[in-house]
Amino acid sequence: MGLLTSSISITRYKVNGELQTPIKESIYNGLRKNLIQDIDKQPIDRVVGWTSFENPYIPDFQEESLFFGSHIIFSLRIDKKTLPTKLIKKFVAIETAKLLKQSGREFLSANEKKTIKDEVIDRLNQGIPATPNIYDVIWAYEEKSLWFLSNLKAANEELETLFLKSFDLTILRLFPYTGAYFMKTLSDSEKDLLTNLSPTQFSE
Amino acid sequence: MIDMAAAYNRYKFLGYEFLTWLWYTLELETEKLTDADHNEIDLKIGNRLVLENRTHNNIESIIIKGDDPGLEEGLLALKKGAFVTEIELVLQEGDFQWHFSIKGESLNINGIKTPATGPVERNDDIEGAVLEKIFLLEKPISLLDTLYEKFIKAKISPDWNQDTAHKIQKWIKA
Repeated sequence: MGLLTSSISITRYKVNGELQTPIKESIYNGLRKNLIQDIDKQPIDRVVGWTSFENPYIPDFQEESLFFGSHIIFSLRIDKKTLPTKLIKKFVAIETAKLLKQSGREFLSANEKKTIKDEVIDRLNQGIPATPNIYDVIWAYEEKSLWFLSNLKAANEELETLFLKSFDLTILRLFPYTGAYFMKTLSDSEKDLLTNLSPTQFSE
Repeated sequence: MIDMAAAYNRYKFLGYEFLTWLWYTLELETEKLTDADHNEIDLKIGNRLVLENRTHNNIESIIIKGDDPGLEEGLLALKKGAFVTEIELVLQEGDFQWHFSIKGESLNINGIKTPATGPVERNDDIEGAVLEKIFLLEKPISLLDTLYEKFIKAKISPDWNQDTAHKIQKWIKA
């Protein structure tokens, strides 16, 4: 539960659009549709999906663990298997030697080398568990505001993609331009001024 | 609205200028430091300030850190054309304290340390702790929004060059 840790980093988003009613149903469906899948004992090396905030390792979306006051809280989980390069190298060398002996040849083609490497990676991936990374999402639906508890670029990109896929809503990252553009107090003419701004040189 | 990726790069300078404006305001115009309800706030620069100088085709980073760091070197860097890229702030409200850093490029807030929430000993405690934590996190975020709005209003004002920018230039030069 990243939200309850002592040091937190936040990337803020504006949520564009509205969910189909009933809203709770749309949220449950969106989350369940892209629930994190278990890839242990499988050749897949990476998976991204939603998980529950309170129980991220055994995801189960219950109303009491998803809705907190006016906030919807869940987590993005990215599971990844990392194989040591030296391990891949070792098994590729073993398999290459085996194939050369069987075929009586001295060299393998580029295609054969690639096939061996892919097979080795798939086999090794089946033998190691994926490491989970969990990032909490706090969505204030009425305010169209979303906090993502990570500043990591790759995690933010995964969030943007999965959110659109799950809820059919785009989320716009708030950075200096968008943070100003979406200010409620900025008129259309002020937005034009904003777009035409240029840097000021403070030093001489 | 313009393309998002292009906007991110083109308007990074707004974030850098905001942090420079914020530092100037913390030094010389503290009366402008009010929250969304116009209450005065107690905000100070924390233990870390990062500046970057991109003149002469090189990127030079100046990192000032430590307990109660002297900021003279930072001012000297500003004088040489650097801009503030990251600032750590401390917000004090009565006995409560928030520490957080703002990155100019993204306006992301990093390393937010809020006052402690109640302990979570049973499952029933989680909801209360979560709501309390969100409430505590809203404090620096809402403050950042209020201050950024003040900066943007000043930046788009026709008086920017003669008024705010001029005052910051004078402060840097002094």
